[in-house]
Amino acid sequence: LVLCAAVALGAQGTKLSVPYTQFKLPNGLNVILHRDTSVPVVSVNVWYHVGSGNERPGRTGFAHLFEHVMFEGSMHVPEGEFDNWLEAAGGNNNGSTTNDRTNYYEDMPNNALELALFLESDRMGFLLDDKAPDKINGQRDVVKNEKRQSVDNQPYGQAFIELPALLYPAGHPYSWSTIGSMEDLTAASFEDVARFFRTYYVPGNASLVIAGDIDIDATRKMVEKWFSDVPAGKQPVPPINAPTVVLDGVKKKTITDRVQLPRLFLAWHTPAVLKPGDAELDIVANVLSGGKNSRLYKRLVYDMQIAQDVNAVQQSQALDSNFMIIATARPGQTLDKIQAVIDEELDKLRAAPPEPREVQRAINQYEANFFRGMERVGGFGGKANQLNSYYQSAGTPDYFQRDLDRYRALTPADIKAAVEKYLPKDRRVELSVVPGEKK
Amino acid sequence: MIADFGARKLALGLTMVAALSAAVLAQSPDRSKPPAIGPAPSLKMPAIQKQKLSNGVAVWIIEHHEVPLAQINLIVRSGSAADPIGKYGVGSLAAAMLDEGAGTRSSLELADALEFLGANLSTTSSFDYSAIRLSVPVSKLGDALPLMSDVALRPTFPASDLDRLKKERLTTLLQARDNPAALIQLAFPRVVFGPTHRYGTSANGLPPAIEAFTVADLQAFYRAHYRPDNATLLVVGDVTPASLMPMLEKAYGSWKTEGMAALVAAVPNAPQLKSRQVFLVDKPDAPQSQIRVGWVGVPRSTADYAALEVLNTILGGSFTSRLNQNLREEHGYSYGASSAFDMRLSAGPFMAAAGVQSDKTGESVKEFFNELDRIGTLVPEDELKKAKNYVALSFPGEFETTGDLARKLEELVVYNLPDDTFSKFVGAVTSVTAADLQKIAARYIQPDKMAVVVVGDRKSIEGPIRQLNLGPVNIITIDELFR
Repeated sequence: LVLCAAVALGAQGTKLSVPYTQFKLPNGLNVILHRDTSVPVVSVNVWYHVGSGNERPGRTGFAHLFEHVMFEGSMHVPEGEFDNWLEAAGGNNNGSTTNDRTNYYEDMPNNALELALFLESDRMGFLLDDKAPDKINGQRDVVKNEKRQSVDNQPYGQAFIELPALLYPAGHPYSWSTIGSMEDLTAASFEDVARFFRTYYVPGNASLVIAGDIDIDATRKMVEKWFSDVPAGKQPVPPINAPTVVLDGVKKKTITDRVQLPRLFLAWHTPAVLKPGDAELDIVANVLSGGKNSRLYKRLVYDMQIAQDVNAVQQSQALDSNFMIIATARPGQTLDKIQAVIDEELDKLRAAPPEPREVQRAINQYEANFFRGMERVGGFGGKANQLNSYYQSAGTPDYFQRDLDRYRALTPADIKAAVEKYLPKDRRVELSVVPGEKK
Repeated sequence: MIADFGARKLALGLTMVAALSAAVLAQSPDRSKPPAIGPAPSLKMPAIQKQKLSNGVAVWIIEHHEVPLAQINLIVRSGSAADPIGKYGVGSLAAAMLDEGAGTRSSLELADALEFLGANLSTTSSFDYSAIRLSVPVSKLGDALPLMSDVALRPTFPASDLDRLKKERLTTLLQARDNPAALIQLAFPRVVFGPTHRYGTSANGLPPAIEAFTVADLQAFYRAHYRPDNATLLVVGDVTPASLMPMLEKAYGSWKTEGMAALVAAVPNAPQLKSRQVFLVDKPDAPQSQIRVGWVGVPRSTADYAALEVLNTILGGSFTSRLNQNLREEHGYSYGASSAFDMRLSAGPFMAAAGVQSDKTGESVKEFFNELDRIGTLVPEDELKKAKNYVALSFPGEFETTGDLARKLEELVVYNLPDDTFSKFVGAVTSVTAADLQKIAARYIQPDKMAVVVVGDRKSIEGPIRQLNLGPVNIITIDELFR
């Protein structure tokens, strides 16, 4: 079970702890096991430490296209059977790609654990067979439709292509979107897939978490059985060489889209995940737009009613993070007016710390959400995925309590300092999407 | 660097084992076939403890001691289906207004108090019921319950907050004009159920009605439906009845029934569609077409529930379903295709759905009908077995969290289902035969009578759609969807 000494929340006695067993196979695969018997299910979660940030120019969107190919079968798993066999065992699966990593999971009844280990080990060790070129063509079409559905056919969708290009210099690993461009998706070849697989999909660049209603010793033996013959990588995974990015002024751009209402995006470079400033900016985001009393929501949406919505978010990433404020104008209202109010509120936080209750309210919500995050084992939001996430970002899987402690330690003065230091008015991206023809 | 950053602190905080695994070198496992799977675990259904408050309100409790959280859901057995004609959307707006001022607190004061406790409170409604749901750290349950009962029992419906929410909803509808996925959600039910049947209009309602709503409208809906004789309390979490019941009694025990009992006639089943027609909503230059094919489906009370779950899993309810395999994996026309029976107190819609690239709209509609026709022929045994296993074996995963469990209780309460519904479900699924599926497919999936609704770029898709000769083609303007 999850919690030791689960007493009053907020009291110092509460400790979040997710006990785990960790070991490495000789081929370099990191393995983390966690037992939770609340329901008879198990989640197998694999992270490969490669994302769109590892792509090369001319092949944007490739890490994500590759993720799709991973589900199309491998040397000992005929095309289509990955899903067929899992569904026949009552299992579900998915994968996702970000700038920094690609993750995969299978959730299923615990009797089917070995099936998932067979499938995961086979695609980790033996993905490419003679049908791979056809699979790439098939998934290329699917991914293009994913782009049409989630970007091109979405109001304001183009903003998420523009923002990385405005925030980062050309060639920076974060300067393109994970979904990539249609041209680059068209250009991706079988040779690209083979090279990417050999370079990044090696056990030493992966981490396997198995969490749920398992027997630790038997599971360990099963992992050794299925993953020991996965070949180790031939050379070290090439590091990303990215210079620190600093904006030297305001980068302003306006684009048109077939939308009824204008939307404003403000974006800054902020500290990387778990670095000093990262937790502060999570709390800044809550003080600005978390709930009806938050400063921007209350002024723009509740009191003045000149915005339909406003959201602030610290998007934490490995190389550097982005802080964003996004607001949509009400009919007849202008983005200039909205931006002026946002700047007034940021100025207030630069001039004086927030009230202690505002900060405590935000921390209390974070604390409760940590507990909610302990309820589920599988999926993208469960403990299995979080163990892998902490392993990648903090170097240790059971970072739950120390992560929460980052927030608990914050004071109103810290929040003021973070706004002053990281959200300058004169060094940021200002992107407006206004009604017109789609570009 | 991502990987380096993780590895640098590898030695920190290992609570148990950190060592190289005992080598199992050069010993390759047999990969010639997938490993055999042992017997499936059985789910021990958690016990429902049924109690009553002094005023008769039923309280159902499931103890769930994994995490120190409590989930309290107050269910009111009236939803948007109870909206009077001409006031479609009033039930939804009444639910949304519950936490915009209650007891002695304003909207902002309520939000502040709840958030300070780390509580999540939501007030929502669907066609079938309304719900106030509270998730709170169990140590703060005593502080949060009085706030929740204020919201449920003493909402003040401030006029200024109503005005604000109305504008918010009208703006959301204005924004729906930008988004084909939002437009199809308005267009499809309107075509299948018509503009007068309650299921033909979205639960939130449309601009003319929303603009006219007054505080009195909301109060009338509230008084008629938010009553102890129409409500049930569902509790799941790190609680015991002994400690919980006094708190609930204090918060809800004084809630009294006033006036006559709520009399709500169920929404009548809509007349079934008689002949196939196409409805095209023009969204100029859309890179994808949103397609829905369907008609009036079944109510939740159907005796064919388990068989329909299996049938729909095969047709479009899973990744390996026929629609998804065809439109996504085989043809690459779409990011995903699916189907669903939306089962409500009365017969909700059946629909097959996908977003497809515009230049393949005609081909895609044709493939929809290929699959809708083919589901009427006998399903091969191995495909049936896979679907039955998928439905039955993934079922325990739906009972994991306090929120999951509370939603399962809601289903029992709202649809008047027997307590052993969930423990019998797996057996019912297991006994479904291919002949059963063929029988229900013939009844519930008749492609030659279904409506085909498409939101897309008319100038490029109308020709290919007409060439399919599916039936009369009707053009709907975006404006019509909002009247």
